[in-house]
Formats: sequence, C-alpha cells, structure tokens
Amino acid sequence: MNRIELVTRRTFLGSLFSAGAFVLGARLLPMDALAAGSKAEGAAWHPGVYLGIETDGTVIIVAHRSEMGTGIRSVLPSVLADELDADWARVRIEQAIGDAKYGSQNTDGSCSIRDFYDAMREAGASARMMLERAAAEKWGVPAAECRAQNHQVVHAKSKRRLGYGQLATLAAKQAVPKKEELKFKSPAEFRYIGREIPTVDRDDICAGKGTFGMDARMPGMVYASIERSPVFGGKLRNYDDKEARTVRGVQQTVVIPAFKPPHMFQALGGVAVIADNTWAAMKGREKLKVEWEPGENADYDSAKYKQALLETVRKPQKVARNAGDVDAEFAKGGKTHEAEYYAPHLSHAPMEPPAAVAEYRDGRVVVHTATQNPQAVQDTVAAALGIDKKNVECHVTLLGGGFGRKSKPDYVAEAALLSKAVGKPVKVVWSREDDIRFDYFHSVAAMYLKAAVDDRGRPTAWLQRCAFPSIGSTFAGPAAVYGAPFELGMGWTNLPFDIPNHRAENGPAKPHVRIGWLRSVANIYHAFGVHSFVDELAAMAGRDRVEYLLDLIGQPRRVELERGDPMSKKFPLDTGRLRRVIELAAEKSDWAKKKATSGHALGIAAHWSFYSYVATVVEVEVDERGKIRIPRVDVAVDAGQIINPDRVRAQFEGASVFGSSIALLGEITAAGGEIQQSNFHDYQVARINEAPLITHVHLVSSDAPPAGVGEPGVPPMPPAICNAVYAATGKRIRELPLGKHKLA
Amino acid sequence: MIRLKVNGVSRQFDGEPDMPLLWFLRDELQLTGTKYGCGAGLCGACTVHLNGAAVRSCQTPMKNVDGKEVVTIEGLSAKADHPVQQAWRQNNVPQCGYCQSGQIMQAAALLRQKPKPTDAEIDAAMKGNICRCGTYQRIRQAIKQASNQKA
Repeated sequence: MNRIELVTRRTFLGSLFSAGAFVLGARLLPMDALAAGSKAEGAAWHPGVYLGIETDGTVIIVAHRSEMGTGIRSVLPSVLADELDADWARVRIEQAIGDAKYGSQNTDGSCSIRDFYDAMREAGASARMMLERAAAEKWGVPAAECRAQNHQVVHAKSKRRLGYGQLATLAAKQAVPKKEELKFKSPAEFRYIGREIPTVDRDDICAGKGTFGMDARMPGMVYASIERSPVFGGKLRNYDDKEARTVRGVQQTVVIPAFKPPHMFQALGGVAVIADNTWAAMKGREKLKVEWEPGENADYDSAKYKQALLETVRKPQKVARNAGDVDAEFAKGGKTHEAEYYAPHLSHAPMEPPAAVAEYRDGRVVVHTATQNPQAVQDTVAAALGIDKKNVECHVTLLGGGFGRKSKPDYVAEAALLSKAVGKPVKVVWSREDDIRFDYFHSVAAMYLKAAVDDRGRPTAWLQRCAFPSIGSTFAGPAAVYGAPFELGMGWTNLPFDIPNHRAENGPAKPHVRIGWLRSVANIYHAFGVHSFVDELAAMAGRDRVEYLLDLIGQPRRVELERGDPMSKKFPLDTGRLRRVIELAAEKSDWAKKKATSGHALGIAAHWSFYSYVATVVEVEVDERGKIRIPRVDVAVDAGQIINPDRVRAQFEGASVFGSSIALLGEITAAGGEIQQSNFHDYQVARINEAPLITHVHLVSSDAPPAGVGEPGVPPMPPAICNAVYAATGKRIRELPLGKHKLA
Repeated sequence: MIRLKVNGVSRQFDGEPDMPLLWFLRDELQLTGTKYGCGAGLCGACTVHLNGAAVRSCQTPMKNVDGKEVVTIEGLSAKADHPVQQAWRQNNVPQCGYCQSGQIMQAAALLRQKPKPTDAEIDAAMKGNICRCGTYQRIRQAIKQASNQKA
C-alpha cells in the first residue's frame, strides 16, 4: 500500500531539515486507487509522511494531521518513532503546511490512525533498517548482526555502538528497503505503541503557550469583524458606515461579495470592519447600518419545518435498504409498534471560534489558521482570489476544538479576500455570535419507525424512514434533497439486527441553511431514533434491555452491508464484537444488579460507527423537580488495536460530555430565516455540574486493525440517556433535547 | 492614562476606557494565553486574576483596572509549576487546550479560597468555565489532587 523513498532536501520547505539530514518520505497510495485494486500500479503516488534525522541525532517527524484535541499530532509520530526505535525525548514534531504531497490532511472522520498507522510503521521500519545497514557498512559486519536500540545501532559481538545522528549521513546513502524486506517490531517490543505517552502540546497548554488560530499574528496585521446576512443567502441592499468609522481604531469598511451557489466553503459575504484591534473592529461593526435582501430562505421556520419533516416520514419514501417483505409481514395483522422521533439542528461551538490571519502579496497568500483541512484552505482561497493553489501557503496552528466546523475554511477565504482589498495582513475573528449563527449546522432530522413483533416481542418486520437536509447540499446546492449514501451509511442502512424483513427509507428535505458534518454526523440522529425504538420494543415486551438487545443482534456473524464500502474488507461489521461490548458494558456497570427505581435507573445503547463497536450504559437520577443528574457512564469500546490508551479514554470521556450536551441541551432553531440562538446562554452546552460526573471507559484488548475513536463515543449517548430517563420516570423522550420536556 | 500591573510588570493604556481587559492583554501585550470564547462572561475562557480574584477579562473594562494587579496564565507561576498546573499535567487534562488557561486560573483562585473543596464547591466554582472537549472529570480529579485530596 505504501512506498517509502529517499527525498532530497530540495523538495522540502528549505528550513525544516539541515543539509546533512537523512530524510525519508513514505508515499501513500490514495484511497480511491486502493479501492480500484488492479489499477493501483498506474496510479499517482503521494508522499504521506516524512521524517528526517539530523546529524546531531534529532529525529524530526512531520505531523500532517491537525491537532484539535485528540492528540493525533503526537500519537501518529509516536508510532513512527516506535518502529524507528527512537528516543521520544529526541524527537521534534513539525506541523506540515497544506500540501497535496502529504496525501490527505483532512483531519476528519476519525481516520487518522486508521489510514496512517501502517504508513507510519513502514516509514519507521525503513529508516531503522537503513540505519542498521549504515552501521554494518561502517563496521564491515553483516547487517543482520546490527540492531537499532533506543536511538543507537548496536553491534553486540564487538560491543560497538553508534548514535542515529552519527549514522544519518551514511544511512541516507543506503538503498531504501523493499516492503517485503521490512521487519516490524512485535508488540512485545513496542516502546510507545500501547503506552500512555503525554502529548507534545500538553505542557505548553498548561503554561498558556500553545498557539491557536486565534493567537496567530503577522507583522503589520489589522483586525476584521464581519457583518453577514442574518438569513442564509441574503444579499446586501445597502449600508451606511459613517458611524462605524467614527469608532476609535476603525480604519475602513470592505464589502465581501456574496457567494455564488453552491456555497461550499466560500465566504458568505458581508460588510467587514477593519480596525487596529479586535475590539475596535467589533465595536465599529455594531455601529454599521446594513440592509439585507433576505431572499428565498426568509420563510425558514423550525416549527413549521419540523412538521414538514414529520409529514415526509409518515409517507413511503425512497428505499435505501431492503430485505424480505416488510409490507407482507405488516399485512398479517399481528402486533405492531410505531414511533416518531425528532432531533434538531446543532451548532459545533468549538471553544475557539473560527479565526484566520492571511496576507495577500504579489499573487501569493500566506495563511495561519486553525483548520482541519489545510488543502481545502488552499483550494478555497485559490478559488476566491483566482490564483493557483500552489500560491496558497497554509500554516496550521493548534485548533481550539474542531468537531467538523474547521474542515470548512470559509473564514480563511474571508481573511484572504480582505487582505487583498486592504493591502495588509488581515486577521478575521468570528465572535461567538457569528460562530453560532453562521455555522454549517448539524442537520435537523425526523424519523419514523414501525415494527411487527412476535409473541416474545422480537421484530419480524422493521420499517424505518428518515428525512433530513443533506450535507450534499453544501456541495451540490439546494437541489440535493436526499441523504447521501455516506449519511445513510451512518447508522441507517447498516443496522446489525437479525430481522428477516427490513426496509430503510429516506425522504427529501430542502436545505435552508448551510449543512455540515458535526462529530459523528448522521449517526447522532439515526442512533437516537433506532436505539430509542429498540428500547421501546423491549419495554413493550417487558424484557431486560441487555438480553433483548443481544437477542435482536443475534448470533455472531458478519453483516452484509448494502453499500459497497471499500473499507468493509478490512473492517467488516462483526456482530460478535458488538455483542462483546454490550456484555462488557453490562458487566462493568453492574447492570444485572442495579434495578430501576423511581427516579434512578440505567439505560443502554450500542452503536457501530467509524468501524468501532461501542456500548454505553448511562446511570440517571431524576429528582422530584424533574432535574436530571448523570452520576456515572460506562462505555465499552472495541476500536481494534489501541495506540495510546490514555488519549483514547480521553476521547470517550469527552464524547460522553459532548453526547450529553446533545441529549440534554442542544437546539438551534430558525424563525423568519434567522437563527434564534447566539451565545452560550441560549445555545447551552454541558457544564461541569451538568455533564456526567464520571465516565469509565473499558477498552477491549484487540489486535484487529485500529478503527476510529474520536467520534464513535457520541452516538450512543443521547439514546442511552433517554432510555435511562424512561426507566426512571416512565417518560419516553422522542424529541431532543431533553431539556424541553417536563420530567416531573 | 490607565496604569496597571500585569504579571508584575507596570503597563499603561491610553485607548478606549471601555475596552475589555481581554483585548488589551491579547492584542496589545500579546499575552495570548488568555482566550476569547464568548465575549459575554458565559464561558470562562478569558479568566484572569484581578487583585487575586478570578474575573472574566472580557467583562472587565480597562477603566476598572486602573491601579490594579492582573495575573494571567503566563504569570501564574515562574516555571508553570503552580500546584494546579502540575496536577493538570499529571492528569493529562487538556484535549484541545483552548479553555484550559481559564480553567487553570479559575481552579487556582478556588484553591486559594477553599484549599479542600468538596464536589459541590468545585461545581459551583467551575461551572462558569465551559470545556467543549469534555475534560471535566479530569479537571475535577486534578483539582482534588492539587488540594491533596483523594479523587
């Protein structure tokens, strides 16, 4: 899959490595070529990862993925360092700029380890072998007698040893080993893989020294705050900036033209106030008088839209997956159950609102920003300014949270356009209000489920319909009204249940705002509907939820997926692994012993996403005033091989909080086309006193290929919480968030 | 002219007296450890110490800091070795890290007032500080560790 080769220093950013450094590049075959199989030979090779060894022994590893809190910019390099047998204390990590030569840099979809673990090991093993061969040449002994060991190569017989730095120059002259020659470490030999090494950014962060996009500076930069149309797609009618320009520190105003559909990652357009500092820009903006032509989305109203979505799912829709004959089974007239579910729009609200600083000069743009996808920055800025993307240099800072928002670099396009207009570097700062009102929103969704059950309450037929405005509309425009296959593949068309008659449908939904992906994406609403419905069926049958769930999943087997997923060979959906996490979560949470009492109960949901198996048991207390507390969460996870257990646990601890925000509090609504929320008072997220008091993460030990961990902890949380609330109160929550419902 | 001390250094400001301390720290002094998160006192990312008390710098106009002492995350300790910072490192608290300056400043102020806070006191003191990554349980653990209590 990967090709490793020597790279001359000239192909790099000149300053990264010094002249004598031994520099190695691993070339990765792009995914589409991989999927195409035999065509692979002729496909273009893209460099994926780089490392260099300086003559002073410093090992430099280029992190090409963005750091938004998962630890990836430490953990992926630690894989390479391990296979290289490098001393982690002598490893320096350099953040890659955006460049196609690194392969995909889109830090998204919980795929960094999944896609790059093997490449990192191959690069490390290749360099280690070349160092061993260099030492063998120097000593005139067989290479097989030389062994790399903690930043040195050792010849045991003669007790000679040479440091990696001393060998760097000679190592660079060795032939790059063929893949079949590579010798990988056995798990027993791992130094960092499977260990809990701290991230390289931890200490800087605790000292207030980490540099985020919001902190980036360029000499001579000015600050911009932008007034945008409150209705998506609205056009500027006219504006008056007289008063704005009287604010001390305000320099000028600049109009950013409205985007041309489809909006993709284009700047929305608006009126920018340019000032000496952030506050002056924000104050000046408050004094702008702007009139907008609201356009066709001015009638977007969440209450009406919800009714329309529900109407849609009450009628037959496009079939996305079908097995057996659901209608024939329903026609038999046996016992059935049906339910409707609704989940609202959500905003990402990363703690760092979008920010970017850009300088346009002589047809080139240099950008410093918090982005999940620096190559999308290149594409977007290049398109906005009509320049070649080679002339867009994107430096990636730390991200103050991403959750999918920072894959979409509209804010960077704004900075670049403004810099060109004012002839200076411009820093664009989104206020929290901007962030919440002008997000690429997580989709609102409605679902309808119906099941026919046998005398034990087990489904003999299962029908499910969903409707939600699709992420596809962000790229294809408002005509894209059906769910994209990747969205339906997130917990809708790939259910692991053993039901003979099963049909999944999807209805159309017109978008009225920008729709984007948010941590675990369509899994959020699909999991809420499906796993709540499972709980309803189990309740109706009067059966224990864990026992019912295991029965519904059936015997261990591989689930045939409707869609040809190129990854399904490596990551099949194995119900045996799903059963195991359910059993583990039940065991660790003491499920069997903790019987529900009034106001106190457990709830469970198990969901497969990003190729990981997750079962979540939530303990809920509801007091006499209807106030919810979550004293404990147990999450059992099979994500294949685990590289850094501490960071994996942290992801699931965090997902449990993120999921409780969704379940308890999160809701974005529109009225008259305008988003009604603006800051953390009306778009609430879980605080320390509302979040689960503790989440215990139980990792299944596995040697299966590493799967995703950043997102899959989120989907089970909302249904598990709602199922626990039902057990504690008898109140079935079919509409999120819980905060809207009276529980007492 | 407004005169104040920031991390022990005398500073002057002659701009708009309504400008929040946050932007003076970030844009003028380039002390960017103090973060902008909401501009409305709702998230705590901008927390600093003003004469020893935790305040939201986004809600503190410059005219209110004349003659006062401000401590930011950069000045909390000489070598980033305040007991709270040590506990934060030992528990690997940060994920993205953006809110952590504010969390650390808030926790340090809490421990100065209540050296052994209970869970309820931790909730009361820390609920103004949002962490979107969800590091709360490690924050709680670290505060207890810094106060020599079993987590």
